Amino acid sequence: MSIFEYNGSALVAMVGKNCFAIASDRRLGVQLQTIATDFQRIHKIHDRLFLGLSGLGTDTQTLYQRLVFRHKLYQLREERDMKPETFASLVSAILYEKRFGPYFCQPVIAGLSDEDKPFICTMDSIGAKELAKDFVVAGTAGESLYGACEAMFKPDMEPEELFETISQALLSSVDRDCLSGWGGHVYVV
Amino acid sequence: MENSGGFSFDLCKRNGWLVEKGIVKPPSFTKTGTTIVGLVFQDGVILGADTRATAGSIVCDKNCEKIHYMAPNIYCCGAGTAADTEAVTDMVSSQLQLHRYHTGRESRVITALTLLKKHLFGYQGYVSAALVLGGVDCTGPHLHTIYPHGSTDTLPFATMGSGSLAAMSVFESKYKEGLTRDEGIKIVTEAICAGIFNDLGSGSNVDVCVLTKGHKEYLRNNLMPNPRTYVSAKGYSFSKKTEVLMTKVTPLKERVEVIEAGDAMEE
Repeated sequence: MSIFEYNGSALVAMVGKNCFAIASDRRLGVQLQTIATDFQRIHKIHDRLFLGLSGLGTDTQTLYQRLVFRHKLYQLREERDMKPETFASLVSAILYEKRFGPYFCQPVIAGLSDEDKPFICTMDSIGAKELAKDFVVAGTAGESLYGACEAMFKPDMEPEELFETISQALLSSVDRDCLSGWGGHVYVV
Repeated sequence: MENSGGFSFDLCKRNGWLVEKGIVKPPSFTKTGTTIVGLVFQDGVILGADTRATAGSIVCDKNCEKIHYMAPNIYCCGAGTAADTEAVTDMVSSQLQLHRYHTGRESRVITALTLLKKHLFGYQGYVSAALVLGGVDCTGPHLHTIYPHGSTDTLPFATMGSGSLAAMSVFESKYKEGLTRDEGIKIVTEAICAGIFNDLGSGSNVDVCVLTKGHKEYLRNNLMPNPRTYVSAKGYSFSKKTEVLMTKVTPLKERVEVIEAGDAMEE
């Protein structure tokens, strides 16, 4: 088994028209045993920027704490919030620093720029950025999410339709993955 | 700890222990199982790359960029572990920028080559980046390949990555000295296509970059031989709505307009 499958997770983000959605499942398990059914994998960095962390639970929480710390330092120094692109570079740099002993997590970053332009991005555990125009996925249900999103995604969706699409993609994918499930959280911005 | 720079090895022991205990396999990373090529033509250098990024047998990006900026007159194609190629080219490109500020002259390809090979040799092949470096400087056009262990070649035409054999077959049969720009682009595109169609690690589109004296031309998606034609234009519709258990609406904070007021600051 891969260490990425120890706790199980499903994460997906999609771009709509001047909006984005990010969704995750709610399960935390230890291999096949479920520990919690209300686990938070998506975190708010600020009003327009969300971070989802899939992978090993302990590392996702450590990484989240370090990122919040760095973001708060940035806010104090610059007196403004970070742009999504800047934040993605920060996450990438923090992950690549541990190139030879990585955090076992795959982040998904979704945010709106000041001009309401959506930005989504994912990375591997050592910070190789993958910028996408449509959708990004991560976690143990990643492969089935690719399939669901490829079929269901349409460009320029309005928030309501985007919510329905991302929810359907998430739910149908976690049903095909033993390690994730128990419903989901969806954030539409 | 935060700003010391360089790699941090503090999780190595724990991660090694996890693998040793047999709980888990070591993780896999995003690779660019790639076709990247370059050739020298009569007025400069042409670089080419495919646009597929893979994680194992899954294609995780269908249109990624593998031709990286090094300096205004130097570009570099990267194959291997995606994070390594990205990090190593970014790092050297900022070193070159600082060097330009210091000297006030155009960067030379040989400088980029030395910086790259020094880094890669220092890490003894553990930073797995295989590169094709090309550029035109005051001493003319240059093309080099750099292997992950830090060895380098200087060649009139070069290929790298998993599709290098397919691409080299095109170069070996068609390359000649003194090619024109259009002939060069045609051969490069053909070589990348050979990689795309014959190597499973490469795919999607062809990116090309033409570097000549004092001029560069980045042709992103110069050829798109694999368009997505199988998707329904109507899209997918859902008969039943998702069951929503709880909704919370948080309005975004209004943006504050800052109006310049008072006396302008003295210069």
